[in-house]
Amino acid sequence: MYQISREKMPELLAAVAKEMDLFLPVQNNGITNFGFWTEDAKVDLDTLKTVKSPKDAFFPQSEVLYSCYQKANKTSIEPAALKDAPFAIFGVRPCDVRAFDVLDRVFLSEPADVYYAARREHGIVVSLACHEPEDSCFCKTFGIDAAEPQADVAMWQVADGYAWEAKTEKGEKLTELVKEYLTEQDLAKEVEAEKEAIRTLIDKMPNSNLSLEGWGVGKTKERFDDPKWKELSDACLGCGTCTFSCPTCQCYDIKDFNTGNGVQRYRCWDSCMYSDFTMMAAGNNRTTQMQRFRQRFMHKLVYFPDNNDGMYSCVGCGRCVEKCPQSLNIVKVIKRMGGTK
Amino acid sequence: MCNCSCGSEEKKNALLPQVGIITDIRRETPDVKTFRIVRPDGTKLFEHMPGQCAMLCVPGVGEALFSITSSPTNKEYQEFSIKECGTLTNYLHNMSVGDEILVRGPYGNHFPVETVLKGQDLLFIAGGIGLAPLRSVINYVLDNRDNYGTVDIVYGSRSKDDLVQLKEIQEVWAKAKDVNVHLTIDREQEGWDGHVGFVPNYVKELNMSVDKTALICGPPIMIKFVLQGLQELGYEKTQVYTTLELRMKCGIGKCGRCNIGDKYVCKDGPVFRCDEIDELPNEY
Repeated sequence: MYQISREKMPELLAAVAKEMDLFLPVQNNGITNFGFWTEDAKVDLDTLKTVKSPKDAFFPQSEVLYSCYQKANKTSIEPAALKDAPFAIFGVRPCDVRAFDVLDRVFLSEPADVYYAARREHGIVVSLACHEPEDSCFCKTFGIDAAEPQADVAMWQVADGYAWEAKTEKGEKLTELVKEYLTEQDLAKEVEAEKEAIRTLIDKMPNSNLSLEGWGVGKTKERFDDPKWKELSDACLGCGTCTFSCPTCQCYDIKDFNTGNGVQRYRCWDSCMYSDFTMMAAGNNRTTQMQRFRQRFMHKLVYFPDNNDGMYSCVGCGRCVEKCPQSLNIVKVIKRMGGTK
Repeated sequence: MCNCSCGSEEKKNALLPQVGIITDIRRETPDVKTFRIVRPDGTKLFEHMPGQCAMLCVPGVGEALFSITSSPTNKEYQEFSIKECGTLTNYLHNMSVGDEILVRGPYGNHFPVETVLKGQDLLFIAGGIGLAPLRSVINYVLDNRDNYGTVDIVYGSRSKDDLVQLKEIQEVWAKAKDVNVHLTIDREQEGWDGHVGFVPNYVKELNMSVDKTALICGPPIMIKFVLQGLQELGYEKTQVYTTLELRMKCGIGKCGRCNIGDKYVCKDGPVFRCDEIDELPNEY
């Protein structure tokens, strides 16, 4: 295992950024979000939760799929270039790392999304264990261990720095690249103590041990017509904040942008919370906010597990819990309709 | 960490269209036209199965999924019967022969013509533009006539002017061996001496024997009542196939729009056996 001190960290990040794009939590106007490293970026590895999840790294909020040009009545299509160089995404929390696995289930299942697959192939994920979990965290409910990041490189906060452990071949390569900033050290005891501390804290969080009884594979019939959907969704504004801050929400739209010299077909995040999401010329199969609200949670807690060996598409990051302007959230839904009373 | 199997071989980009060219446009009804599309070099766009769909896109206007109405047995081209009812379809209706369009697909599953339907007596029931996907199956069956039993086609629309593919129905289907065509329109109309009445009622009146396999396509409300009628005649839901239609963007089960229960209509559908639909939440 290696150690990197807090003082050396900026040098390590600069060294990575010299070789490849580096995407990491950066503070801007007091708000921390993932962004690209620049020399004067205010890197912030202490804030537990970025406002938006790091899913942009693999599934950008907006990206061009292809461009079309028309010349003398002939149409030509130019696909957007696929990511073909390594890049690093640094300081990802264990819940957000699991979210990448959830996105993989969607985008890498046949037929694989080539844009996502190329980014996934070239992305190196450096994860950071959660030194100070917060009340809104409930990753443990979904079997995620905030003390044991599953990424290419795992980091733990230890005295005056971080422990660094490469966990995959990609992680080994990145470690080679920054070796001059790392010192080899036996940190087994310190890391074990940090893990213990994290697990103790997580266990104290109010929503760490939610019962998922009543949810999961095969629960469609039992849950769908539950009268509680109505009262739970009554206050929903349909603003979509939950879907945009969610690390696993992957619904998208494909739209046109007329550049003046051609048309770009681009995809952008969309939200099942919006009234026109399912609207067709022939009608709309979800006309009420109750139906749209139900769709979001049924998808995460029943339909997705049905199709993915029981895997839930919620990772308990708690962003929706913090951000919903109406204080509606998946925790309330799980508790109100599931086993936790 | 990456558990994709990105190998060195080039992967097909399922979201990337190919250029197609419109080689024929037929006006079927006041609001339906049938478009014939091939590659610019004149060859067929792709191979498909009856019931499958494809995305048609006019850059700058929009993109939508349409069922392929031509039969796979046609080796030259694909056809799409399209009703004018929105931004893209209005634009398509103003396009001309020789115009280019973007096409990707085919998407979705198909009617089980090579398995379950083989050797069966078939009952096709369509309403309005719902004939489009069934026409692909009907022509497939007629081109492989020995593999299937008798064919009954019950087809209805609002008026005689709204019957799609009337020429082919009268000149080809009605004259084919062991095929019975039953046409109906909703209301009496001058110049129409055929049956008058809604499709579901007509199906019951025809008192079809229950040993057939039924394929239904039309407006959701028609499908619902036809299914009820068939059940009254003694049909089991396992004998009846239909199609679902929901909003779609990607066509490959990822964009989330056509998700219903554990199914994505674009990928797991559009063809469903009626007992399979019963397993889905009632949201279609």
